[in-house]
Amino acid sequence: MSEALLLATDVRKTYGDKVVLADVSLRLEPHDVVCLIGSSGSGKSTLLRCLNLLEDIDDGVIEFEGREISDPRVDRRAVRSRMGMVFQSYNLFPHMTVLENCTLAPRRVHGVPRKEAEERARGHLAQFGLADQADKHPDRMSGGQQQRAALVRALCTQPTLLLLDEITAALDPELVGDVLTIVRDLAEQGTTMILATHEMSFARDVATSVCFLDQGRILEQGPPAEIFTRPREQRTREFLARVLG
Amino acid sequence: MSEAEAWQPSAREQEREAVRRSLRRRSLLVSSIATVVVLGGLVLGTVTSPGWDNVKATFFSWPDARDSFPSIWHAFWTYNVKLFLIGEALILPLALLVALARQSRAAALLPLRIIAVVYTDLFRGIPTILLVFMLAFGIPALDLQGVTNSLFFWGLVALVLSYGAYVAEVIRAGIESIHPSQIASADTLGLSRTQTMRHVVVPQGIRRVIPPLLNDFISLQKDTALVGAAGLFDALFAARDYANFNFNFTPYVVVAAYFIVLTIPLARFTDHLQRRAMERERQGAR
Repeated sequence: MSEALLLATDVRKTYGDKVVLADVSLRLEPHDVVCLIGSSGSGKSTLLRCLNLLEDIDDGVIEFEGREISDPRVDRRAVRSRMGMVFQSYNLFPHMTVLENCTLAPRRVHGVPRKEAEERARGHLAQFGLADQADKHPDRMSGGQQQRAALVRALCTQPTLLLLDEITAALDPELVGDVLTIVRDLAEQGTTMILATHEMSFARDVATSVCFLDQGRILEQGPPAEIFTRPREQRTREFLARVLG
Repeated sequence: MSEAEAWQPSAREQEREAVRRSLRRRSLLVSSIATVVVLGGLVLGTVTSPGWDNVKATFFSWPDARDSFPSIWHAFWTYNVKLFLIGEALILPLALLVALARQSRAAALLPLRIIAVVYTDLFRGIPTILLVFMLAFGIPALDLQGVTNSLFFWGLVALVLSYGAYVAEVIRAGIESIHPSQIASADTLGLSRTQTMRHVVVPQGIRRVIPPLLNDFISLQKDTALVGAAGLFDALFAARDYANFNFNFTPYVVVAAYFIVLTIPLARFTDHLQRRAMERERQGAR
């Protein structure tokens, strides 16, 4: 087995009495694309937020690039500078243009010179069909454009792992395709990603592995062909029957 | 819930908890040392300065503090506190009306809009103490029939007019900071413009500007002393009276203490209210 990029072992997260994640274990190798599926409230988003250290876990261990990042002494900013995250609600900074959004972290966190950061950002924007939007403010763009810009912003720091939290959930179906095409391209280029998603056909096509979460546990995990055609668990079958119609 | 009870932290988690505890202890230690060093240094620097004994005798004399205490308290309560409380109750609605008038879009309300703009420009521009003098001395000089010559009344009017203009601009900033999508969604629900303002925009806008509003109110509490400059026997006047008679400045420190005692609880209370509102709104926010 090759070196794991991310290794989560028995992760537990609670809010008061409510157990949101229990004994979640996950292993990611470079170029893996893992899709987290499951109904709302099953813990998909919380898991991503724990991996990005936005939430402190209550037990278990998370290792990233061979180092334990769940240690309280770890420098969170250093971890996050190697990990990108995109949210369901875009979360672009409204007071900056798209280009400024995309060059902020490269310039301020990674010390990339302005010219180089802008070139890189414009390159990504062009690749994602946003070349003419670079100097606009986010509020003037459509939801699909904003979400693509948010993806570019995450990519501009050249992360080794990309976390995508239901990034198409707020988009109308026509725009979902635009965003997913990009994610598909990224997957083909070998970007390592974890996606929480409701797009089952996309998960089936792109994922190297699918995790079905139910009540904070990974109930079933495996290659998409297996999960979608021969689910082992009754709960997985019920869920798939509902979402696939 | 049985699951939560059954769970036992792993050895790694216990180890981590120990690290967290030691980090917390260390930050507590650092903050304590920093506080002692900085505050101790300031106190030491003051009491070891060459003129400290002199300053202590003229500004921090306990017998003088005790003697001046009741007269200052009386003046503080009857004038400063009342000016502040009544002023506050008048300023808020006045400022809100002015802010809303500036925001109005109806064609028929243009004159109102003009009055609002002129009012804020003019009254923010005039120093409050000049306004107090002009109203407190100018209006009685007009010899108008049936109009009061009360210094308290005209001082109050001057403060309300001056602060109304400031507070109106603060509230307007809050109203304008609300994202247009909020107005759009209120529009789509069929709310009228007035209803949108009343139920959607103003509540959010006000909440956002509570810290600067509090700023202005604390400032108002202090500026009640300006009416003393026009001759009202307020706390500062009472202190000056005592200081001039006894050649001791301690009463000024007493007045300062009164003002601080009035403002600090208010500041903490607003902080508390705001934190509670935010926690309620953002519970589970991602």
